[in-house]
Amino acid sequence: MTQGFVRYAGVAALAAMAVACGGGGNQPASEGGEAPAALITVDGSSTVFPIAEAVAEEYGKANPTGRTPTVGISGTGGGFQKFCRDEVNVSNASRPIRPAEIEACKVAGVEYIELPIAYDGLAIVVNPKNTWATTITVAELKTLWAPEAQGKIMRWNQIRASWPDRDVRLFGAGVDSGTYDYFTEATVGKEGASRGDFTSSEDDNVIVQGIGSDELAIGFLPLAYVEANSSRLKIVPVDDGKAENGNGPIVPTAQSVRDGTYQPLSRPLFIYVARKAADRPEVQQFVEMFFSRTDLVKEVGYIELTPPIYELARKHFADRRTGTAFGEGGSQVGMTLESLLAREK
Amino acid sequence: MKRFEFLIEWALFLCALLSIGTTAGIILVLAVETFAFLREVPVTDFLFGTNWTPLFATPSFGVLPLVVGTVMVSAIAMAVALPMGLLSAIYLSEYAPLGVRRLVKPVLEILAGVPTVVYGYFALLFVTPLFQRVLPDLAGFNALSPGIVMGIMILPLVSSLSEDAMQGVPRGLREGAYALGATKMQTSLRVVLPAAFSGITAACILAASRAIGETMIVAIAAGQQPRLTSSPMVPIETMTAYIVQVSLGDTPQGTLEYRTIFAVGMLLFLGTFVLNLVSSWLRARFREEYT
Repeated sequence: MTQGFVRYAGVAALAAMAVACGGGGNQPASEGGEAPAALITVDGSSTVFPIAEAVAEEYGKANPTGRTPTVGISGTGGGFQKFCRDEVNVSNASRPIRPAEIEACKVAGVEYIELPIAYDGLAIVVNPKNTWATTITVAELKTLWAPEAQGKIMRWNQIRASWPDRDVRLFGAGVDSGTYDYFTEATVGKEGASRGDFTSSEDDNVIVQGIGSDELAIGFLPLAYVEANSSRLKIVPVDDGKAENGNGPIVPTAQSVRDGTYQPLSRPLFIYVARKAADRPEVQQFVEMFFSRTDLVKEVGYIELTPPIYELARKHFADRRTGTAFGEGGSQVGMTLESLLAREK
Repeated sequence: MKRFEFLIEWALFLCALLSIGTTAGIILVLAVETFAFLREVPVTDFLFGTNWTPLFATPSFGVLPLVVGTVMVSAIAMAVALPMGLLSAIYLSEYAPLGVRRLVKPVLEILAGVPTVVYGYFALLFVTPLFQRVLPDLAGFNALSPGIVMGIMILPLVSSLSEDAMQGVPRGLREGAYALGATKMQTSLRVVLPAAFSGITAACILAASRAIGETMIVAIAAGQQPRLTSSPMVPIETMTAYIVQVSLGDTPQGTLEYRTIFAVGMLLFLGTFVLNLVSSWLRARFREEYT
């Protein structure tokens, strides 16, 4: 190989790269004559992630020339922080926005449209080899997860005397997670109050892996992740001790979540859309898919809201109605679909 | 021409300065944030507290659980790498015929070339289930599997450095031992090993600091539950895994939780620094000069 040939090959390669990059860049403009649609950025709850990701995929399929929205999993709290800093267009949330976050958004001048999109039944799960935990009560969950339990409640028989005298290993969502906020509110009674000595991760797959590979483990997970890993996890029915809304331990299913018997661990899931972003046609198309493609909700394992609620949400979005229906902010325990409808009107 | 030489010298000097500057910069950033952290959390609470829950509603900043986690995993790694590494080094240096040596040495280097994230998944998805068949109480995340896999990862380091040290021992010493009627094993263990001692200790300490600073394997396979325990069968959290956990999350800059990253990082840095100092001291102390 002569020096001349190498030089020639190098220049040819550079030229080829320049043409490819230049050509690719020019393409969209020459096609439609209008600017290419900007990226839709979504971030927040890992609970809502499966739905948002499915809708983003469908959006991408419906718009092959556009850009598929990116969906992050910083956790509900993390997502709101970014949202109120105007860094993302849509915030996924597994709980309503909190007063502190409302304030942060107001200070930054970010207006938001709150849209419920699905229902989740937070499931209590154990390893399939766990033969003793066939039901659990809310009081026992409180014993297990309260801040006072740190370092003290370490064995199964301390939760219920008939259970074996063996270590209990806890797994759950991390503190940035709306799932964690909701779970502590529902079981311990105060949002964010729990023991600190458990494996906490914003990534639900880590929890699935942890429980699925450990006979002595117990944890809480959004229903979608349980359905997706049904061979590695076992759901424990929850008894909330109130006969009015279903007697005895209830398994989280579409039916029991919809009709309000699986309490207190049923909760609505939301997306918060930035008011500014709502004027973009691609964002409108993306949001509309959450209401029209409710089959995706079922596919990923969550529970669809009723058609009247979806209609109401659609109307709120079309009217660009900003603000939250949950004045106090934060997790709302015992939220049945009826009460949700009454709020949103 | 002289001008040109001068410029070259300056350019090379700047390159060297860059590395010094980077190191100084890192130390500076760590120190500033650590001091800001220690203004809010007393040093004794930090170093001797037994609860590490900085992200929770009632935060607690005792770093001992993280340190114990790191030390436990590293100890298991060293327990695997040291004997096996040394023995393979002795074999390669003293016993192996040239053909075997030519084959085994590069293969050992391949072990060192496997990406650590692959080792992490190997520990989580292969080693742990394997051990769970023998030890049913073993948790899915534990200190045993990443420890052993980490040992396999640093084995080539121990082995090749020890072997170089042993090769550096003059043949005259060995031949003298043979002349006195010693067997090969006696020569290796009683003559060569002590002679190469300083080099071997340097290798071990290098391997130890590698083990302490290792992030990926423990982040994947060791768990995310900081706890003070002596059992390698339960989930723990190491200092490096904690830094990964907080950095991947969403902690706003300038908060106390944010500063914990730097405080733990500083502790790690000091740990490896001390190890390097010990290594230099040991080498100086036990060095054998062969003229």
